[in-house]
Amino acid sequence: MSSTPLIQMQDVHKYYGAYHALRGITAEIAEGEFFSLLGPSGCGKTTLLRAIAGFEEISSGAILLNGADMAGVPPNRRPTNMVFQSYAIFPHLSVEQNVGFGLRRSALSVGEKTRAIGEALEMVGLGHLGGRAAHALSGGQRQRVALARALILKPKVLLLDEPLSALDRKMREDMQVELMKLQREVGITFVLVTHDQEEALVMSDRIAVMFEGEIAQLADPEVLYRRPATKRVADFIGVMNFLPATASGRSVEAAGLGVADLAADQMPAGPVTGACTVGLRPETLSILHDGEASKAREASAQIEEVVYYGDMTYYDVRLDGMDTTMRISMRNMVGRDVLDVGARTRVAWDPRAMVVFPD
Amino acid sequence: MKRSPLALFAGLYLIFLYAPIILLPLFAFNDGTIIAFPLRGFTLGWFADLANTPALHEATLNSLIIACSVAVLATCLGLFAARAVTRYKFPLKGGILGFIMLPLVLPEVIVAISLLVVLMLLLPDLPIETGFQIGEYVIVLSVTPDLVLEVSNFHRTVFSFALPLPIILGHTLLCLPFSIAILQGSFQGLDQSLEEAALDLGETRAGAFRLVILPLVTPGIIASLLICFIISLDEFIIAFFLSGNEPTLPVYLWGQLRFPARLPVVMALGTILVTLSIVLLIVADIFRRRGLRRTGQSETGGFL
Ligand SMILES: Nc1ncnc2c1ncn2[C@@H]1O[C@H](COP(=O)(O)OP(=O)(O)OP(=O)(O)O)[C@@H](O)[C@H]1O
Ligand SMILES: [Mg+2]
Repeated sequence: MSSTPLIQMQDVHKYYGAYHALRGITAEIAEGEFFSLLGPSGCGKTTLLRAIAGFEEISSGAILLNGADMAGVPPNRRPTNMVFQSYAIFPHLSVEQNVGFGLRRSALSVGEKTRAIGEALEMVGLGHLGGRAAHALSGGQRQRVALARALILKPKVLLLDEPLSALDRKMREDMQVELMKLQREVGITFVLVTHDQEEALVMSDRIAVMFEGEIAQLADPEVLYRRPATKRVADFIGVMNFLPATASGRSVEAAGLGVADLAADQMPAGPVTGACTVGLRPETLSILHDGEASKAREASAQIEEVVYYGDMTYYDVRLDGMDTTMRISMRNMVGRDVLDVGARTRVAWDPRAMVVFPD
Repeated sequence: MKRSPLALFAGLYLIFLYAPIILLPLFAFNDGTIIAFPLRGFTLGWFADLANTPALHEATLNSLIIACSVAVLATCLGLFAARAVTRYKFPLKGGILGFIMLPLVLPEVIVAISLLVVLMLLLPDLPIETGFQIGEYVIVLSVTPDLVLEVSNFHRTVFSFALPLPIILGHTLLCLPFSIAILQGSFQGLDQSLEEAALDLGETRAGAFRLVILPLVTPGIIASLLICFIISLDEFIIAFFLSGNEPTLPVYLWGQLRFPARLPVVMALGTILVTLSIVLLIVADIFRRRGLRRTGQSETGGFL
């Protein structure tokens, strides 16, 4: 693998008139990486993706592909291909013609082109549909045609703008796995835009979480989930309980949970003293059932709300002496009954799961 | 089905619309100069008369040339305008579009008179000529106000062709709103990312337009050509004001009405025109449906 990253974004800004859509994006994407841009609607994910593809000119900063500045390079001369959110399948062409569209200008012979088209269709599991009119395809099939059409050109980078958002849940989950497999097979760098945190966590090597045109955190899925950099990131990805706390050095006292000495990676980047917030994921807390051995750190509590999900149960509990509730998720297992609202129970936690945010 | 008052109304309405048109062929084949019932015998004589009227042939040719030019010109301009309006944002867009669409509601007489005034103002400066020579041939292009192209060698005129420019421009003005309205519909139905996908796959802007956009708006283009052709073909007022001594078909027909004996011939001509229009519309609709089917769009009602 070469030492220069495949994509370099250096302080990229984009204005739409007075609206500041991208506010200083700096990031690097390595060759062969599955990279995701994750963020709420309107945060600028599509804008950034389109800037990489060449559809939007950036107002300042630089985007480098393979070390070459892309300023002024039109989309048809960039080593990128895109899968559009609407798939943009050409409705007047057949599936084969769609997939082969990018080969029109290549020097390949007719036979080679036909073979390449066949291979591309085979790769996405549509080998039997080549002659079908493109408008007579289902959503999932369109998505595959769009993929084959983009991949046939063997781009350095494949850009995908919410490619799975139009599919139903089951199909989406299947396609997530398929896309990952495909990416490993072809070894092409994927940049995926999504607003679905689960999708990003499942598929990506690294994720950039964006809010309002800025990258709030760039990390691999596990770090992002376990050690979110800000409360906002923590809240956007999964669920987190926030508790008021005070810190002095690494010694943190969270309301109701006592004092704990935390590790360096649990603390925010800057030094914190005084008021701060402690975050705890619901699955890192547990409800102790009658007869279960007591833990080092536990407190008695009352159950205020129960939400049953089949495999999981979510409880909102209130620790004695506190006026806010915490959410706890428990896996439903044989011999562990779902508790009722109002029941008294004990709650255990582990300080190693805590994350501290400055106020 | 139950006979409701609405069905009755619809029936009366259809009679009101089409009964006069049915009279046309009736009298065209009637062996008598007087337009009145009862009909007399069957004859094809009036059609034969048509064939022997050179002035009519000239007027027809004139009209066809005008209608074809107008259809092409208005559709090209409409194509540009519709694309600009649907694809780009620019200041005063609404205002500009409003002005282009204005002839739709402006009384045609006003348009015709204004154009005539312009023509009068320009007339003293006419003809404007430019020419050049290739070998022994002299090629002259002049605005007289007709647009005349003349090729001659030193002895005689080899080739000469005149386009009645004032009427063509007047009709284009009239047809442009229709063309834009039709084409705007075609462009609006296009997903913008189709064009971007073509660019992304290595096509140039021109290539993307030719390979993706054009095929998808072709049904609209054909419809626009057809509508403009028909509007121009039967337009009377502008043609009347602006035609010099070369009348268009409607103007010629109007002139013939002064001679009652010629009325059945006019009827025969009308019959041909009606038949032609219907055939043309059917052909256009077949094209439109084929286009829709090809792009997988659903039927949204057509001419027929
Ligand atoms: N052509 C444009 N002109 C003006 N503003 C625009 C334009 N395109 C996008 N914006 C604005 O820029 C912001 C970011 O848009 P963008 O499409 O990148 O969001 P996104 O993160 O992809 O959102 P979504 O998840 O809804 O697709 C939005 O507030 C949007 O309104
Ligand atoms: Mg988007």
